Amino acid sequence: MADVLFPVSLDQALDLLAKTEAPAVLAGGTDLLVQVRQGKKTPGIFVSLDRIEGAQEILETETEIIIRAGAPLARIMAHPAIRDHGSVLAQALAVLGSPQIRNMGTLGGNIMTASPAGDSLPPLYALDARVQLAGPEGFRRMPVRDFIQGPGKTALAPGEILWQANFTKPAPGTCHWFEKVGQRTALSISMVSLAALFRPDPDGRVSKVSLAWGSVGPTIVESPETETFLLNKPLTREVLAGAGDLARQAVRPISDIRATADFRRQVAGNLLMRLETPAKGKRLTRY
Amino acid sequence: MKLEFTLNSAKVTVETAPDRRLIDLLREDLGLTGTKEGCGTGECGACTIRVQGETKLACLMLAAQVQGCDVVTIEGLDPAGHHPVQEAFTGSGAVQCGFCTPGMIMSLSTYLAAHPDPAPEKIREAVSGNLCRCTGYQKIVDAGLAAARALKEAHRG
Repeated sequence: MADVLFPVSLDQALDLLAKTEAPAVLAGGTDLLVQVRQGKKTPGIFVSLDRIEGAQEILETETEIIIRAGAPLARIMAHPAIRDHGSVLAQALAVLGSPQIRNMGTLGGNIMTASPAGDSLPPLYALDARVQLAGPEGFRRMPVRDFIQGPGKTALAPGEILWQANFTKPAPGTCHWFEKVGQRTALSISMVSLAALFRPDPDGRVSKVSLAWGSVGPTIVESPETETFLLNKPLTREVLAGAGDLARQAVRPISDIRATADFRRQVAGNLLMRLETPAKGKRLTRY
Repeated sequence: MKLEFTLNSAKVTVETAPDRRLIDLLREDLGLTGTKEGCGTGECGACTIRVQGETKLACLMLAAQVQGCDVVTIEGLDPAGHHPVQEAFTGSGAVQCGFCTPGMIMSLSTYLAAHPDPAPEKIREAVSGNLCRCTGYQKIVDAGLAAARALKEAHRG
């Protein structure tokens, strides 16, 4: 039997991690408790984020959005500040798992699982998000793209807790787009996904582009070549087709039960074609 | 550990292992077998219950997590089993083998309480975390719409 502890402050939680044998941080439990059930993890003790003061908060400053690790996915996607400034993230969370999973699962949990198919990760990469880790010596910060090191692997050190992710609000007029291709609409693990942020100038040329693909490599794939290619160009069908070719060279997909590597490579490029819409004068965002 | 929480509007005190799965506590220790275990990994929704007003999966919760919480299972939706969503399920033929039904009804009743005038696609989204292998879902959507109408009339009446 493993005890379940409910620290009420971050300091108390860190203290428990330092003093207990084989502790596991329990956030939403939607990944951890499955792994425990399958015998892949055998925690000596669960340290829950549920009752830590501030661990579920979503904060907005003048320039930044801050999402604490224990914030449930459903609350993040419904939060006005996220809809206004992080729509790409809200769009991704809206198709993550199911309503029940979104009520339980947390942003911190989705980051810590570090799945190549983790739906929150392409938006966080595209938003250039950073994470803040709390440890006995204090806080340390790093870009989320450095924090994620491989499938299921992060830079979290023993005794540390992922405390928050934060990102700078994108400039006004930035278009947000997330699309996931899965085998069905709900409860679906992505076969390929794309998060895109871009800012069209009045003449339709884009002045800023951030792209991040999920499920086409061991971690989220970014492609500076594709982004540079698109800069200062209008997002026409021809331009996007050229970008798609570059994207297909950048991804490193594998074949698994959900899709073949060839399919993933093809679709990773195809997903860019959706970005054509704003050139026709429509605002490309679901919220 | 001594666990105290509100279960179907009644205060409950029970001695349990803190890491006992909530579904096992409900079904085996407290005898509430309406909540079903399908996959045990959070993918089928058969174990959907309401915790603090939100739908959650009892197979992915530990007993200790509901300390002091308000928990509602299918047994607590209506003392006589005649909640408008339950009535709509029987009236619309939305029940076949019945295994997914408690979870479906927990998802729909929670959704309709907050969204009294849903579009059909919103009903589908509300039960998108609940798998049914019998009905093909259409009659469940029909039941959801019928329940929404009944709830509105009850509210008006």
